[in-house]
Amino acid sequence: MNYDGMMNRRIQDVPPSGIRKYFDLLEDMPNAISLGIGEPDFPTPWHIRDAGIYSLEKGLTKYTPNRGFSELLRQIAAYLQRRFDLTYDPMSQLLVTVGGSEGIDLALRCLIEPGDEVIIPTPSFVCYGPLVSMSCGVPVYVETKAENEFRLTPEELRSAITPKTKALVLPYPCNPTGGIMERSDLKALADVLEGTDIMIISDEIYAELTYGGHHVSPANLPELYDRTIVVNGFSKAYSMTGWRLGYLCAPKAISSQMVKLHQYGIMSAPTTSQYAAIEALQYGDGDIEAMRDEYDGRRRFLLDGFRELGLECFEPKGAFYMFPNVSKVSGLTSDEFCTRFLEAEQVAIIPGSAFGPGGEGFARCCYATSMKDLDEALKRLARFLKQFQN
Amino acid sequence: MDNLLRLLEGDCTLSRKQLAAMVGTSPERVEEAIRDYEDKHIIMGYKAVIDWDATDRQDVTALIEVKVEPQRDNGFDRVAERIYQYEEVESCYLMSGDFDMTVIISGRSLQEVARFVSLKLSTIDEVKSTATHFILKKYKENHLIFKKPEKQEEGFYFV
Repeated sequence: MNYDGMMNRRIQDVPPSGIRKYFDLLEDMPNAISLGIGEPDFPTPWHIRDAGIYSLEKGLTKYTPNRGFSELLRQIAAYLQRRFDLTYDPMSQLLVTVGGSEGIDLALRCLIEPGDEVIIPTPSFVCYGPLVSMSCGVPVYVETKAENEFRLTPEELRSAITPKTKALVLPYPCNPTGGIMERSDLKALADVLEGTDIMIISDEIYAELTYGGHHVSPANLPELYDRTIVVNGFSKAYSMTGWRLGYLCAPKAISSQMVKLHQYGIMSAPTTSQYAAIEALQYGDGDIEAMRDEYDGRRRFLLDGFRELGLECFEPKGAFYMFPNVSKVSGLTSDEFCTRFLEAEQVAIIPGSAFGPGGEGFARCCYATSMKDLDEALKRLARFLKQFQN
Repeated sequence: MDNLLRLLEGDCTLSRKQLAAMVGTSPERVEEAIRDYEDKHIIMGYKAVIDWDATDRQDVTALIEVKVEPQRDNGFDRVAERIYQYEEVESCYLMSGDFDMTVIISGRSLQEVARFVSLKLSTIDEVKSTATHFILKKYKENHLIFKKPEKQEEGFYFV
C-alpha cells in the first residue's frame, strides 16, 4: 500500500513533536528534574474525585446530553458569573467538551472555510496552527515581543489582518510565556477589530491562574462579547487534566453549530468527569485559591532565582510558566541551551523555538513542580551557567 | 506572617529564600520572624515524620483513654504534668466526653507499653481508670499519607 499517497496531505504536513528527544533522554536519567511538562502537579482534590467515584458506584455511566448535563451547564454559567463576571445562557450558549483542546478544534472547524486566515500570536501553545491547517485554513503567526510582555499589540494585530482573516486566537494567560492581556490591551484590540467580522477564539484555560490581579476575558468587553468564543475547562483550575473536560461559551448561533460537530464527533463528554465537575464548581473555589497561592509562591521563588543568576525574564502574571531569555547569557540557541543543560545537569526545560515564531532565544520552565525540585533546578542552573561567565 | 507558620507547618525544610518568595518578603525578615516565633515558643520544634514500619524497627503505639480525678486547685493541669513528663508519652490531650485525657505512647513492644500503663500511669493517685488501644496500622499522620503515591505513566508530547 502506498500510504503516503492515500492519506490527507494536510495531516502528513504537520511536523512530528520537536521535543520528543528531550523526553527520550529524560527516561534514562534517574536524577532528572523535569520543568518540561505543562501540567499541574497536584492530584485532583479528593472531594472531586470522590464525586466521580460515587457516580460510578450509583451506576451512572450512560451518555449525557450532547451539550452536557443541564446541571453542569447551569453550574458553569453560575461559576462564570461569580468568578469572571461573564453572562451566558447555560442551555443555548454553553457546550461541554473533551478538554479545552476539543473546544479549540470545534471553534476553529466551525468557522474556517478553505483559505480563511486565522491570526495566532506566538510564542503560544502549539495546537492552534496545525488545527487551522487541518481545517483547510491558513495560520498567520504574529510574533509577540518580550518588551511588550508578550501581549498582542493593536499594531501587530492590524498588520496581520487581510480580507481573508476569519478569526483571531487569543491565548491568554499564555503558555509558554506567562503573559496576560489586561482590559486596556483588549480594548485596544477591540478598536482594531471594530467594523470587521473577525471572530475571537479566546483560550482561557489558565484564567484561574492569574497572579496579582483578575483575569479579564475579551467577552468582558461589551464590544467584543458577540465576536468572542471562550474556551475554558477544568484541567488547570481544578487540576483535572486527565478527566478531559472543558467547555465552550459562544453566541447562540455559533454554539448551535458547534453542538452538531460535537455530537457527531464525540457524542458527549465523559459522564464520570461531568459528575466530578459539578462537585468542583459547587465546592471547589477554595481548591482553586489554594493551588494558585502555591503556584504563586513558586513563581516568585523561580523569578527571584533567575534574576539572581542574571537571566533576563519578565515577570509572568499568569499560567505556570517562566520564559527566560537563555540565549543572551549563553550565546546559544534555545535548542542548544536546553539540550546541553539537560545533558550536563539533567534538568529538562523546553526551547522557546518549539512554540512558534518569536520563541527563539527563550526557554519555557514550568513551575508546577515541588519547591524542592525548583530549588535543585536553580542550583544546577547556577552551576551550568558558570561556563558562560567569562 | 501567619502564612509563614502555615508554610513551615507544611514543610519546615523550605529555605529562608523559598519562604521569603512564597510570602512576598525578604529572607532577612523571614529569619527575624522565625527567630521571634522560636523565642515565643510558638514554633516549638522541627521534626521529621517517619514511617517506622518501613524500617527494621518495630514500634508499638497505643492510644490510652484516661479517667482522672481533677484536683481542687489545679484541675487537670497538675495530673497532666505528672503524666506528660514521662519520656514515653508522645502526646497528651485533655478531652471532652466520656473520658478526660488521651495519652499517646510508643514502646518497643506490647509488654513495654503494658508496663508503662500498669506501673506508671495507673499508679498516679488521680488516675481512676485507663483503657489502652493499640494502633494496628498507620495510614496518615500530620497530613502525610504513609502509602507512597503511585506514579502514572507519562508520554504526551504536545509540542
